[in-house]
Amino acid sequence: MSQEIQLPELGSVGLLRYVWRQLTSMRTALILLMLLGIAAVPGSLVPQRTQNPMAVSASFRSSPELSQWMDRFSLFDVYGSPWFSAIYILLFISLIGCVLPRTIEHFHAARALPPATPKNLNRMEFYSAWPAVGSELELARAWFKSQRFRVLEKDGTLSAEKGFTRETGNLFFHLALILILLGISFSSLFGMRGEAILNVGERFVNTSTSYDSLAYGKLFKDGKLEKFILTIDKFDATYNVVTSAPEDYTLNVSLRTGDLTTTEKRVIKVNSPLAIGNTKIYLQANGYSPVVTVRDSKGNVALQGAVPFLPQDSNLRSIGAIKAPDADPQVGFVGSFVPTYQRSDGNGAISVFPQALDPRLLLSAWSGDLGLDSGVPQSVYRIDTSSMSQLGLKSLKPGEVFTYAGGSITFEGYVQWVNLQIVDDPGKNFALLGAIVAILGLLASLFTRRRRIWIRVGDVVEVAGLAKNAAPGLEQELAIFTKVLKGEK
Amino acid sequence: MSRTWAYLSNYLIYSSMAVYTLSFFAHAVETAWAVKIPDATTAKTLDYKRTEKVARVATAMMILGFLLLFAGVIARGLSAGRVPWGNMYEFSITGALAFSGAYLAALRKYDLRWLGLLVSIAVLLTLGTAVAVLYRPSAPLVPALKSTWLVIHVSAAIISGGVFLLANTIAAAYLYLDAMESKGERTAWAKRLPSLESLDQLSYRLVAFVFPLWTFAVIAGAIWAESAWGRYWGWDPKETWAFITWVAYAAYLHARVTIGWRGRRAAWLCLFAGSTFLFNYIYVNIWGSGKHTYSGL
Ligand code: HEM
Repeated sequence: MSQEIQLPELGSVGLLRYVWRQLTSMRTALILLMLLGIAAVPGSLVPQRTQNPMAVSASFRSSPELSQWMDRFSLFDVYGSPWFSAIYILLFISLIGCVLPRTIEHFHAARALPPATPKNLNRMEFYSAWPAVGSELELARAWFKSQRFRVLEKDGTLSAEKGFTRETGNLFFHLALILILLGISFSSLFGMRGEAILNVGERFVNTSTSYDSLAYGKLFKDGKLEKFILTIDKFDATYNVVTSAPEDYTLNVSLRTGDLTTTEKRVIKVNSPLAIGNTKIYLQANGYSPVVTVRDSKGNVALQGAVPFLPQDSNLRSIGAIKAPDADPQVGFVGSFVPTYQRSDGNGAISVFPQALDPRLLLSAWSGDLGLDSGVPQSVYRIDTSSMSQLGLKSLKPGEVFTYAGGSITFEGYVQWVNLQIVDDPGKNFALLGAIVAILGLLASLFTRRRRIWIRVGDVVEVAGLAKNAAPGLEQELAIFTKVLKGEK
Repeated sequence: MSRTWAYLSNYLIYSSMAVYTLSFFAHAVETAWAVKIPDATTAKTLDYKRTEKVARVATAMMILGFLLLFAGVIARGLSAGRVPWGNMYEFSITGALAFSGAYLAALRKYDLRWLGLLVSIAVLLTLGTAVAVLYRPSAPLVPALKSTWLVIHVSAAIISGGVFLLANTIAAAYLYLDAMESKGERTAWAKRLPSLESLDQLSYRLVAFVFPLWTFAVIAGAIWAESAWGRYWGWDPKETWAFITWVAYAAYLHARVTIGWRGRRAAWLCLFAGSTFLFNYIYVNIWGSGKHTYSGL
């Protein structure tokens, strides 16, 4: 297909054309694919912000200089980094530029007849000849037809070809890769993904302010959030009594959608999210929220409610912070919740089972400035106690009260919380379709062989064959063909 | 009831290890007898009947070991009332099963008996580590694994793994024999092994055969991840390395078909691709973080 067009290669135009040709060659696409593979490596060895933000901050704390230096190269955000994006965008362009012309070329070639029989068949790799009887051409025609070869007949010769599916499959495979990339880009432009932590009994109204974290695609409009209200009715977790491993999580919710007048009962489980239109709601994590009441010295309530704590191990020992900014002076509690309490010698209180069989709340009370107005973002699970003074320590059973100088805190009980992930991913069906087509294309291209078979009948019958890409199996096929021609079948 | 199955499974797996050990020795004896030939001239007149018998015993033991292991894996599944793929101990025994199964399947079509020595030792090492280091009592699945996709995704991943490793073993044998030939002639015992050409072809065919299955395993994982984790792809370490393995084998196939790589270079590339798979299995399961941590370690 290379037509040498004699244009005076004008500096920049010529350069552009050269770059384009290089970029869209199959070899470049392959190199880019491999580069993408290599570029993916550091992200699996260095902690990533999107997956493990705690480990990233730990790295900044332990070796700040190295971390800053690594951050400059986006090593903590590999898969969103400019260099990673650059590779796959180039790959995308390269694939398109490589595959589209080949598709057109293949479309024409697939309808063309095979080229005429070459003069010297005996130069072919597989060649045989024997005296002719006369009926060979007839038999060959029938056999080619039954085997669905495409045949060109000319001057007592047949030239037959088969195996175009190979290139067709190959093209479909590469086109499918483009479809997958398109699906991914579509999702990142028009999708949304958010998370919310909800205590059992709480209600979630799907507006942007209800989320703990929320990310919109670049072209996602606020008004496009699906309309629904969700109430967390009940959460059941069952655990294996021997290993403490979770066996089942079941979340019961009440859902109002559409005009929000009727309520339906629905169930969400780990492998079966709840779908509302294009939005899906996933049960991601769960834990305990101790329910507390904080009072000041006069008995006025400064804080009341359930405070989510963060699980630390498989028996759900959880840590958290209870902050009462409305008390005067402000008080805060650094706490740890154990669902099934046991004292251990080395570690103080531990949990020996994830279910709340014998819960305890262990608190350390602090008084002073909680630092909530400083403008520095704060973790809801921690308190910076550096400018506070400690009031005391206490371990509480449900119903017990801890009284300290200036007030008291009552451990009323606990509720469970669930972390819901709410996702609208409009491109995923394209990606899935692309994946399916990719597999089918791959199968077609790996398991069909493209080959030509010729026969010339004069005084002798000459048969020859040629396999593209040295694909195996042609020898056997020719043996069968020869048998058919000799009537030995 | 489930206890009984679990014990039975353990006994079956121990027995299969014993049988694989016998197979290993039989393969070793067969090879050793062939090595003892003093020089090439007598090699031609040597009576191979004796070694032939030992070789048959070796293969028979291999089949028996496979059957015992198969029964052991099934019993493990019955003891837990689910498919036996809930933790790394179970992945390893199933992986060993897939590997020796791939060998036996390939043996029906190709003259691969010589590879039995390597296969039996590899299976023994895998089972040994599984029993000694990775063993966990049989228990039900964690919620994230309760899905039909467990069967689809993991069986596809394990079968591809078994075949990839078989292709790797053959590529390694290729490199060894190639080094031997480039120094001169093959030593007597190695003369009975297939030609370099056919080893090269064989490892290529194995890879070409399972590459679509591997692609499928990764896609099935993505579909599962969409329903379990709320996204189909998140560059979790296991996902990342599955992708890297995929790219490496794609590069291998392209290098052969498009650029025409053969022989030594192709064998090295095949070994490299296989090592990314092993890295994923060993490193990511044991030391990696991320969502894919069902090893139970
Ligand atoms: C994009 C998504 C996924 C990819 C690319 C992926 C990839 C893989 C790979 C490469 C293996 C092979 C064994 C190995 O090398 O260790 C594997 C095994 C496995 N996968 Fe996935 N997977 C995905 C999603 C999932 C999901 C969602 C689950 C379960 C919730 C899951 C559960 C398993 C299990 C249990 C195994 C068996 C053994 C092992 O961890 O090695 N995978 N997966």
